[in-house]
Amino acid sequence: MTAFWILAPVMLVAALGLIFARKAVHSALCLAVVMICLAMLYAAQDAPFLFVVQIIVYTGAIMMLFLFVLMLVGVETSDSVVETIKGQRAAAAVVGVLFAGVLATAVAQAVSTAVVGLGKFDEHGNVYHLAELLFGPYIVAFQFTAALMIVAVLGAMVLAHREILVAAPTQQELQAKRMRDYAEFGRHPGNAPTPGVFALHNAVDTPALLPDGTPVAESVAASLRARQQDEVRDTHEVADVVAEIEAADIEPTATEGQEDA
Amino acid sequence: MTAYLTLSMLLFSIGAVGVLIRRNAIVVFMCVELMLNATNLAFVSFARQHGNLDGQVAAFFVMVVAAAEVVIGLAIIVSIYRTRRSASVDEANLLKA
Repeated sequence: MTAFWILAPVMLVAALGLIFARKAVHSALCLAVVMICLAMLYAAQDAPFLFVVQIIVYTGAIMMLFLFVLMLVGVETSDSVVETIKGQRAAAAVVGVLFAGVLATAVAQAVSTAVVGLGKFDEHGNVYHLAELLFGPYIVAFQFTAALMIVAVLGAMVLAHREILVAAPTQQELQAKRMRDYAEFGRHPGNAPTPGVFALHNAVDTPALLPDGTPVAESVAASLRARQQDEVRDTHEVADVVAEIEAADIEPTATEGQEDA
Repeated sequence: MTAYLTLSMLLFSIGAVGVLIRRNAIVVFMCVELMLNATNLAFVSFARQHGNLDGQVAAFFVMVVAAAEVVIGLAIIVSIYRTRRSASVDEANLLKA
């Protein structure tokens, strides 16, 4: 029982964290804690097979799936605090407390017999006797789970499948579009400068600078721009340098020669 | 034994409250997983109490079904997110009159 009294508070705190954490990733981590503690409780209750399955299937596979989808959907999507139904949270809390109360009363009033324990299965071990049950009386249910698995895999493939409606543009079409853009809008047909060109930093979030010091927004990856993580760090420094050069009144011959080339 | 069952019931209630109050579909889903895990704990505890492995077999089947359910549920969430750009359960209200 020592393991239980150590693990039970941890599990309750983690479960409360699961429902109160603002960010979904924190909820997922709390759930992982609950599942690992649960696995230890299985081990403490003579269920070594379920202990291993809990770790491998739940904490290993299912939690990874949750985290993958979280990354797909966006880690930073946090819950809105707005209640769509008025007083829903208070009502849910009341229902939860009542539900827990009813269940606890039921458990407390139930006639509890002495714990028999699983000692009689020690001879061949837990896994042997579980297999005897699974492939004996429960064989039909076991085969239905196989069918269930196949249906689940097919369902996931159908749901996550996306039909390609428009054919992807070929190299030739892309080239033609680029030249058309140049003719109509004057957009430069060549490559955009890489981030950091002429700038004082060469980080990917630093836009390239034109020779006159204006930043080229397109040089930073579109995803960084969409998240507004590109920052122009050094235009003022460029302005300083330009002012310095103008103040020093450097002979313009050398730069002229470079421009001609 | 009562302690194990009480813990299982508390976890189940916490999961139920989570399903009721959270808006994010993924978190709601994790709360459902918590409820399934709580029932598994009860199954394993009863197996030990009665000296009978059927409870552990039941817990095993719950795990299998939970795995299949997670696969389908997350695929649904991904396809909803793809069309509506949101994983909130409040946004999927197109059928509302």
